[in-house]
Amino acid sequence: MTVVRRAGLALLLTAAVLVGFVGVTHWIMNIFIFTVMYAGLATGWNLVGGFAGYTSLGHAAFFGIGAYAMDVTFEHHSIGAGYVPFAILPFIGIGVAALSIPLGWIAMRTRAATFAIVTITLLFVVQTLAFNLKSITHGSQGMGITPPPFALHTYERPFYVAMLAMLVLALLITWYVQRSKLGLALAAIRDDEDKAHGVGVHVTAVKLIAFSTSVAIASMIGAVWAYYVLFIYPQFAVDPLISIGIVLMVFLGGKGTLWGPALGALIVVPAQQYFAYELGASKLYLIAYAGLFLVIMLFLPQGIIPSLASWADRNRHRRARTLSGGQLVSPPLHELLP
Amino acid sequence: MSNLLDVANLTKRFGGVTAVDDCSFGVEEHSITALIGPNGSGKTTAFNMITGYLPADSGHIVFGGAKMSRPRPAQLARLGLCRTFQQARVFNQLSTRENLVAASQPSWRQLFGARSTAADREQADELLADFNLSDQADKLARELSYGQRKLLEFAAALVGSPRLILLDEPSAGVNPVMIETMERHVRSRHAAGATFLIVEHDMNLVMRLCDPIIVLDQGSPIATGTPSEIQMNSAVLDAYLGA
Repeated sequence: MTVVRRAGLALLLTAAVLVGFVGVTHWIMNIFIFTVMYAGLATGWNLVGGFAGYTSLGHAAFFGIGAYAMDVTFEHHSIGAGYVPFAILPFIGIGVAALSIPLGWIAMRTRAATFAIVTITLLFVVQTLAFNLKSITHGSQGMGITPPPFALHTYERPFYVAMLAMLVLALLITWYVQRSKLGLALAAIRDDEDKAHGVGVHVTAVKLIAFSTSVAIASMIGAVWAYYVLFIYPQFAVDPLISIGIVLMVFLGGKGTLWGPALGALIVVPAQQYFAYELGASKLYLIAYAGLFLVIMLFLPQGIIPSLASWADRNRHRRARTLSGGQLVSPPLHELLP
Repeated sequence: MSNLLDVANLTKRFGGVTAVDDCSFGVEEHSITALIGPNGSGKTTAFNMITGYLPADSGHIVFGGAKMSRPRPAQLARLGLCRTFQQARVFNQLSTRENLVAASQPSWRQLFGARSTAADREQADELLADFNLSDQADKLARELSYGQRKLLEFAAALVGSPRLILLDEPSAGVNPVMIETMERHVRSRHAAGATFLIVEHDMNLVMRLCDPIIVLDQGSPIATGTPSEIQMNSAVLDAYLGA
C-alpha cells in the first residue's frame, strides 16, 4: 500500500470518528448512526452476496437475532455505566456465527433465486418465532432495555462509535478476504460453482465461512441497534425492509468491491431519510426505493465503483492508443489464432 | 499393466431412457484411452458419472485403488483426477493466471494465506508459458478467445499434476491449428507420465492419438481395441452407420 493511500485511509477514519464528536443536533446524529449502521450491514452482506454471489434476503433475520440477544441478556442484568452491552458484542457475534453454520449449510445447497427465497423464508421464520416465543421475547408486546445514563447532549456518541467500529471490522474482514485464497475461492464459486468443485476448491467450507462471518457482523450490528433504539418488537427487529435496503445499497455501490457497499449506504440512507422527511410519515419513500432500484438496474447494472473502474480503464486504453500515433496496432498473429 | 480407473456396472436412467446401461470398462495406467460412440450413446453421461457430476443409479468406480459409488468432484480432484468440459468452462471474472492459482488446491492453512504467493505465480506462469498464454496472464479469462479458454481450461486441469485427465471433446469448436496444439500437449503430458481418457468426435484425431479405443453404443461398450482393430470391427460400423 502506498504512503498516499495509507494517509488517505487514516484521514478518512479520523474524519469518520470526528463526525461523531461535532456538536450537531440529535436528529442529524441519528442519520449519521443509521448511515454507518447500514454501511456496516452492507459491507458484511457483500461477503456472501457480492463475493460468493449468493443473494441473501435473510440478513435481517440475523440482525433481529442479535437485537433480541442484546435485550434478552440485559433484561435481568444491569448495564452498569452503560458500556457493558458493547462488551458482549463479540459473544453475540460468535454465538450467531455458530448458529448460522447449520442454517447456512442447508440454505446454501440452493442457488440463485431459490437461495433468495430460502433466506427470506428464514427471515419470516425468525419473525414468527419472535412473535411466539413469548417467554423469551414477550411476543408482539415487545421488549426493552434500560436507557443508559449517558449525558444528554452527547448521548449518541457511544452508539456512533460502536457502529463505526462494526463498519471498520467489516471493512477489515473484506480487505483480508480480497487478499487471501479465501477470496479467490469465493470468486471461483461465484463464476462457476460446479467447475470450482472439479478443480478441488473446498466449496462448502468456503461458502459457510463467508456466510457465518457475514451474518455474525449483521447480528452484532443488530445488537448495537437494539441498544440504541431501546425498545424492539418482532416486525421492527426482523424487518424485510432491512434486507432489501442492504441489497439495494450493495447493488448501487458495487457488488464484490471493498468500498462499494459503504458508498451505497452513504447515498441511500440520507436520501431515504430525506424522502421520509419530505414525503411525511407515509411509506411513499418505498416508491423512491423501487425507482432507485430500477435506475441502478438500467444504467449502472454493475454498481458505481465497477462502472467507474471500467470507465477509467477505457479512457486509459484510449489515451494509450492516441499516444501510439492514433493508429490501431493490429495484434500479433498468435493472438488472432486461438 | 494395471488399471488406473475401473468403471463397474454404471447405470443411469432418465425417465424411460437408459442413457448408460450397465457400463464397465477400464483405463490402463499411462494410456491415452478414447471413448467414442455415435451421438446419444452415453459418453458424456458416463463421463459425468465418473467425475461425480451426476449420481449413478447403480455401479461404482475404482480410481487408484479407491472404490467409490458416489464420487465427489472435489474429492477426485484431490486424488488426482481432473476433467475438462465440452464448453470450456473457466472462471470468467478471474485473470488467466488466477484461473490456474484457483485450481492449485490449497491446504487449509494456505486458504487463509495470500491470494497468490510468489510460488503460485511461478507455477502458473510456467504453465502459461508452456501453453503460449503468457501474454494473456493478466487478462480476464472472459476476454480470451474460445480456443484460448479451451487451452486455459486444459492448463488448469494440469495444475497439481493429476494422474488421470479426462478431456470432453478437446477439439470441439476450435480451429485445426488449435487441434494440433491440443494434441501436442496431450502427447507431452503423456510422455511425462499422465493418463488420459478422451471423449472425442474427430476420428482423425482419435485414430492418431489414442490407444486403446472404447466404443459405446446405447449406453454400454460394444468394442475395445487398437485404432486398426476398431476400424475393422463390424459392430462398430453397424453402430455408426446404422446398418
